[in-house]
Amino acid sequence: MTEPVKVAIIGSGPAGLSAASRAGQLGLSHVLLEKTDHLSDTIFKYQKGKRVLATPERLDLRSDCRFAEGAREYILGNWDEDAVNNKVNVVKHAEVTAVTGQKGAFEIKTAKGDVYHAETIVLAIGTQGNPNRMRCEGADLPHIIYQVDDPEDFKDKHITVVGSGDAGIENALGVAEEALENTVTILNRSKDFARAKAKNVSDMMEAGENGLISIRTETQPKLVEPGWLTLETPTGDEKIPCDVIVARLGSVAPRGFVESMGIEFTGPDREAFPKLSPTFESTVPGIFVIGALAGYPLIKHCMNQGYDVVEFINGNKNLTPADEKDLAAIFANLPQKKSVSEWLDYLRERVRIFADVSPLQMREFMLDSKVAYYRKGDVVFEKGEPGSSLFAIADGHAEVEVGPGITVPIEQGSIFGEVGLISGRKRGATIRAGADSIFVEVSRTAALKLMAAVPGAKRVINRISLERQLLQIFKGGLTVEDLAPVVDAAEVERVPAGKVVLTEGEQGDDVYVIRSGSMVVEKDIGGKPIFLRYLPAGSFFGEMGVLSGQPRNATVKAAVGAELIKLTGESFRRMLAARPQVREATEAAVAERAQMNNFIESRKATYSSAVDLYSDTASFIMKEGLGEATDALLIDENLCVGCDNCEKACADSHEGLSRLDREAGKTFAHLHVPTSCRHCEHPHCMADCPPNVIHRGPDGEVFMEPGCIGCGNCMRNCPYGVIRMEAAPPPKPGLLRWLLTGFGPGPGEPSPKWTKKQLGDEKPKKIAVKCDMCKGIAGGPACVRACPTGAAIRVSPEEFLSIARLQEDAG
Amino acid sequence: MASLFQRRRSKATQTERVRERRHEGFLRYANFRWAKISGGLCLLIIVSYALIDVTPRPNGGSWYGYTLGTIGAGLILWLTALGYRKRKMTSDHWSLKAWTSAHVYLGLSLIVIGTWHTGFQLGWNVHTLAWVLMMLVILSGLYGVVVYSTLPAALSNNRDEMTQMQMLEAIRAFDRQLHAAAQPLTPQDTAPVLAALDEDPFAGGIMARLSGRYPDCATAAALRALGASRSSDAGAREKVVGLLSQKEVALARLRQHLRIRALLEIWLYVHVPLTFALIAALSAHIVSVFFYW
Ligand SMILES: Cc1cc2nc3c(=O)[nH]c(=O)nc-3n(C[C@H](O)[C@H](O)[C@H](O)COP(=O)(O)OP(=O)(O)OC[C@H]3O[C@@H](n4cnc5c(N)ncnc54)[C@H](O)[C@@H]3O)c2cc1C
Ligand code: HEM
Repeated sequence: MTEPVKVAIIGSGPAGLSAASRAGQLGLSHVLLEKTDHLSDTIFKYQKGKRVLATPERLDLRSDCRFAEGAREYILGNWDEDAVNNKVNVVKHAEVTAVTGQKGAFEIKTAKGDVYHAETIVLAIGTQGNPNRMRCEGADLPHIIYQVDDPEDFKDKHITVVGSGDAGIENALGVAEEALENTVTILNRSKDFARAKAKNVSDMMEAGENGLISIRTETQPKLVEPGWLTLETPTGDEKIPCDVIVARLGSVAPRGFVESMGIEFTGPDREAFPKLSPTFESTVPGIFVIGALAGYPLIKHCMNQGYDVVEFINGNKNLTPADEKDLAAIFANLPQKKSVSEWLDYLRERVRIFADVSPLQMREFMLDSKVAYYRKGDVVFEKGEPGSSLFAIADGHAEVEVGPGITVPIEQGSIFGEVGLISGRKRGATIRAGADSIFVEVSRTAALKLMAAVPGAKRVINRISLERQLLQIFKGGLTVEDLAPVVDAAEVERVPAGKVVLTEGEQGDDVYVIRSGSMVVEKDIGGKPIFLRYLPAGSFFGEMGVLSGQPRNATVKAAVGAELIKLTGESFRRMLAARPQVREATEAAVAERAQMNNFIESRKATYSSAVDLYSDTASFIMKEGLGEATDALLIDENLCVGCDNCEKACADSHEGLSRLDREAGKTFAHLHVPTSCRHCEHPHCMADCPPNVIHRGPDGEVFMEPGCIGCGNCMRNCPYGVIRMEAAPPPKPGLLRWLLTGFGPGPGEPSPKWTKKQLGDEKPKKIAVKCDMCKGIAGGPACVRACPTGAAIRVSPEEFLSIARLQEDAG
Repeated sequence: MASLFQRRRSKATQTERVRERRHEGFLRYANFRWAKISGGLCLLIIVSYALIDVTPRPNGGSWYGYTLGTIGAGLILWLTALGYRKRKMTSDHWSLKAWTSAHVYLGLSLIVIGTWHTGFQLGWNVHTLAWVLMMLVILSGLYGVVVYSTLPAALSNNRDEMTQMQMLEAIRAFDRQLHAAAQPLTPQDTAPVLAALDEDPFAGGIMARLSGRYPDCATAAALRALGASRSSDAGAREKVVGLLSQKEVALARLRQHLRIRALLEIWLYVHVPLTFALIAALSAHIVSVFFYW
């Protein structure tokens, strides 16, 4: 039995250590309990020599311990000294296993059986407790490790790092050190690296460029075998050699332990955080939670919170958080006057997507957002404007202009502009303030971060997008209320390229809506799968089963990696029953599709080869990834004479650089898909553009506005290799001059030699160069206009594979 | 008129830009629009020529002859303008395919326009020189149309998704392997291999390029030499022979590629210079007509 202390601090990471140091400085009786035999285990476990970053830069450090960017060893050394200087009373090898009692008289038990008594507790155990495990087949094999102590332990190995948060990236960079001669691959489930720090991402990208790391996005492990790893990629499965798997899949709060103390969390999700007051007090009075466990993963935040929480416990009521002044500036222009924390609470209470965000996360999040007051009738954005930020309605309401003079209100608490988040399409409608309102504008990157970090917010955003999508698909007077049961029962499914979702002949009545990606519909005719239809994002399938109760009459599979929303047949049927008009409209759509199927079937009997060619061409086009294209260049090699006038025209219509490589690319039955931009439905290039200059224009073109910083993310993210990093050549002499005197390099992209001669020693900055579909050029795409024989056309896959084509071919 | 142009321009904006759903070659463009126009024009000329009784006899100097001559000269200048149109990327709405289509069919109509313009009076003079040059340009153009419609598929089949750069790279890769594999050979066997390594895939001159025959091919020679040779270690020799025959296949593909490309281009080196000769002769013809007739 030990003397009771005023405050017991559990966990000696940056948060706990800073708290204990403050207690030491204030002369409060305290004890710092640490599980391991050293301070700050999380940072202790970083790779040797790791550079610890001190972000966010604008935040001031407020702690009795020192911290600035530096090597792990240096920082830990400083902290050991600081602990002594601040008279911290630390007990090592003290893993807390149970906390009982209440404010004023807590009893803390450790694994060794010691018991400590304290009036208040500061819980700073971080989140490292239990790393997420791999879940695919073979995930229990011994060559999967969850931590890299020293990269030097690995030499000449095939290493795959799973997960691309900071930890994964840093491990990958460590083992990819050239001298170690490892073959390193890093996998990322999504397209972008929203969870990792920008500096880490750029370091990794550089290593990727130098061939030290192979970076695979939208790829997940599927099967682990000794020596091999099977990957699920957007273009199908792939098996790679792999001796070691480093799994860095993030971590969850050691929730069971925390909940056993009676502390409540913000939500049921695995990644939710404890509910906290602005003074970090949990729902159990007297227990305070700080640091990563509270949802604050950055060291500087942890340290500031350690300082603050002890000040609060010591009765300091006037302390303002270190980021207070920045936040105050954000709210300064609003008509009402409230304190920062009142504003934050106001937003969290009134906006659905912020409901699950902890007050502390809310602070950080608001630093990346804007809040503005709009008078009734003020335009927030106009239809057709580029823009990808998300708006949330904190007060008042918004009005969407769906047609001339027709508006639909969006109520307080909801969001708008969410379409831009997913596909980056231009604003689909004009939005005005329906009353005097307060809207929060969240940048696309901040919104993606929010969705990644707060599952509750992600759910709300997904739900609202789904409701709006369904309202658009199934017209006929549907309301959000009608949809509620359908949406409640809906599930999101990710399907990799080629995966069969519905199988012809099977029973089933689920209906699917394609959220991203696209599907192909095939039917077995005469023992061969025949392509029936291409379904782009935003369309639905499976409805025939619900309406008729018959088995599936065709097979539907993913053309590219896709996200589907599965609606249960049960709820869908009930919705149709409630709304006969919707039923009618759906039945009409079904009849039309059935008629088309019949047409193809009847042609197959008489014009088998035409149907086969049509079907094979469709398969080829889908295999080339055109399933996600909205507008792609296709060359008919029966007509192409190889003059490359398309490339020259492209260069001459822009700043002298061609955006397409005619000769490269795949060909089937003389149909050639050159290397050129397809203006994807969900552009990969847009996923991670730091200056956010890639947008979608009014004609669906994905283009770059000026402001590229030349980081190359878009080029690396593009699976089709259509973005170049290049500097614009100097202007050429005019065409007539060249024609008459031969002066200058002539039409098209000048040769590097010519450019070099013009520039001398000057080295202009390389920026990303991509097709903009000749945006702003009245005549339309130059590549097509400049083709002398008609070999080049630009099409969307659904136009190209239209049934009309088959009708013509098969007579 | 102004409003007409306005309309055309606004129609040509991207949003409403005319989209083609499928490929349509320049010969079939707009359902043979220019073939019909040009055919109609020729028919009109032939019929009217037969009907109109020009006195004393039909020739270029009659009012009828002047009309045809003016049309023909204008047409020739316009046909020449294709070379400019092809390279001048202005931003307004036009299609080079439509231009080519019109060029080909209206160009062919010159056979009738030009010939009927002469009133079938040909001789050894600058006038007939212009006519001959015109016919040669047209003939070369005809050849062009024939190769444009027959060779692209062969070009596509031959390259089999490879780019010209990749073909060259493949040959270089074989060269690197050959270099290593030839080390154990005797000097006598090494010599032909080295010669094959030194061979420039682009060498051979215009005739070889067009015919696709390279009788002096060093790779083929090396293959023959090593096939007949009995010196060197048999295993090493076999390996080199294997690589040489792979290189030969790669070379054959590249040469076929270059050959088809040359056939697709060579005629323009006749068509265009003759066009300028034609314009020169035409000018002389017109000047002489007005000053010395
Ligand atoms: C690889 C990697 C790199 C990172 N890089 C950076 C960076 O460059 N910059 C940055 O700002 N952040 C970085 N972070 C995040 C940062 O390290 C953590 O968020 C931060 O350490 C959290 O601090 P904390 O005090 O809340 O918890 P922790 O640092 O996790 O400390 C918790 C302590 O509590 C102890 N503990 C746990 N359970 C018990 C128990 N039951 N009883 C007693 N003790 C217990 C643990 O042993 C540990 O010492 C990185 C994280 C990782 C994994
Ligand atoms: C007197 C009549 C003609 C003249 C003056 C003429 C002139 C020209 C010129 C200047 C070019 C441009 C070449 C270049 O810049 O690449 C050209 C191209 C061409 N001409 Fe003609 N031409 C004539 C008749 C014809 C005829 C009759 C045909 C066909 C039957 C024809 C077929 C073509 C073709 C196919 C091209 C190539 C188009 C391209 O690849 O861009 N021409 N011609």
